[in-house]
Amino acid sequence: MNGAHDLGGMDGFGPIDQSQTTHFPEQWERTVFGLTLACGMLGKWNLDISRFAREQMDPGHYLTSTYYEHWLHGLETLLVQQGLVDKEELEAGKPLDDTRYTPVNKDQVASILEKGGPVSMESEKKALYKVGDTVSLINRHPSGHTRLPRYLRGHSGEIIFHHGSHIFPDTHAQSGQKEPAHLYTIAFSAHEIWGEFESKAEDSIMVDVFEPYIAQRI
Amino acid sequence: MSKDHTHHHHDAPVSEIESRVRRLEQLLVEKGLVDPEAMDELVDTYENRVGPRNGAAVVARAWSDPEYKHRLLTDATSAIMEMGYAGRQGEHMQVIENTPQVHNMVVCTLCSCYPWPVLGLPPTWYKASSYRARAVKEPRAVLKDFGLELDPSVQIKVWDSTAEVRYLVLPMRPEGTDDLDREALAALVERDAMIGVAQVSAP
Repeated sequence: MNGAHDLGGMDGFGPIDQSQTTHFPEQWERTVFGLTLACGMLGKWNLDISRFAREQMDPGHYLTSTYYEHWLHGLETLLVQQGLVDKEELEAGKPLDDTRYTPVNKDQVASILEKGGPVSMESEKKALYKVGDTVSLINRHPSGHTRLPRYLRGHSGEIIFHHGSHIFPDTHAQSGQKEPAHLYTIAFSAHEIWGEFESKAEDSIMVDVFEPYIAQRI
Repeated sequence: MSKDHTHHHHDAPVSEIESRVRRLEQLLVEKGLVDPEAMDELVDTYENRVGPRNGAAVVARAWSDPEYKHRLLTDATSAIMEMGYAGRQGEHMQVIENTPQVHNMVVCTLCSCYPWPVLGLPPTWYKASSYRARAVKEPRAVLKDFGLELDPSVQIKVWDSTAEVRYLVLPMRPEGTDDLDREALAALVERDAMIGVAQVSAP
């Protein structure tokens, strides 16, 4: 979706503010971080679903709130969507029915983190492109989740890596289905993306691109 | 921090968001969706145990051991796992090498993807709109904000982490550090140099 999260190339945000040096300036941010990871471990949603939940925040609010407020919005949205809690309970701060669950416990945490969530998977489809190919990207603006940023759509670049197949995020966010898609890293010249006036010919942008985002070899 | 969960600070006014988060936490704990001890363990892991010292150890080893460096640049996930760093947000690692001709920097324009096992949680500026918006369009101006002015002839490569591959920059080893051992070298390597918004300086 063309949400406020898709920030590449926007102007007007001012200089980089490096003044904040702690991870959780406010206690509530620490809590949101812990709750989000703990709930994620319940396995009721995947990373792409949680990204999409954050992306759907009101754009004005997204841009004027901090990172962990995005997470808070995403977490509340997913908990309600999954029927684990309802809005009245969020308001009340306590359960309004007798349903109880079994949480992930402390002893399980380290092994879950260590295992991580690899997204590489076997695919029966052969890669359509190879390293060295110059390709153009599709110009699509889906209303669902996508990992093709707006600033790249329709542009051309050269494939510099092929990573095999990874789970395709667009369908993973929509249905939870794990469909493989070949993943490439594509080098785009800065001139191609930003034009000759606002960029330098020497500079480039490397982006991980799923095969369905590629229109054709050129 | 373990005691803070239900500890209410009655002396300070509670903001709307603090109150919202407290209600959410109480609800999730009472429902059995979250175990407060598991939550403490998660926070403690990333707040205190996992951080850029891990990445610095990887960089220092690559600087001292050409064979390791080769493995790191060709199969970063395995080479990093060999050092004991693996797991969430580091499942698919790629290491990119800075040279006198090429400077690499990493961003995630769509969210804030970051290699947790080697760098810990991202700094606030990495997650903020300004860095995410500007790094791809005006990398030289962004580097200037960090006090780094590169020669105009140096090529800048900006890596936008749009998939689940996580990038770590291998900075250039500073001159005059031939006598330093791995530990001393690792002490020179700061987080920002491994994101690519700084260089490593000699001691």
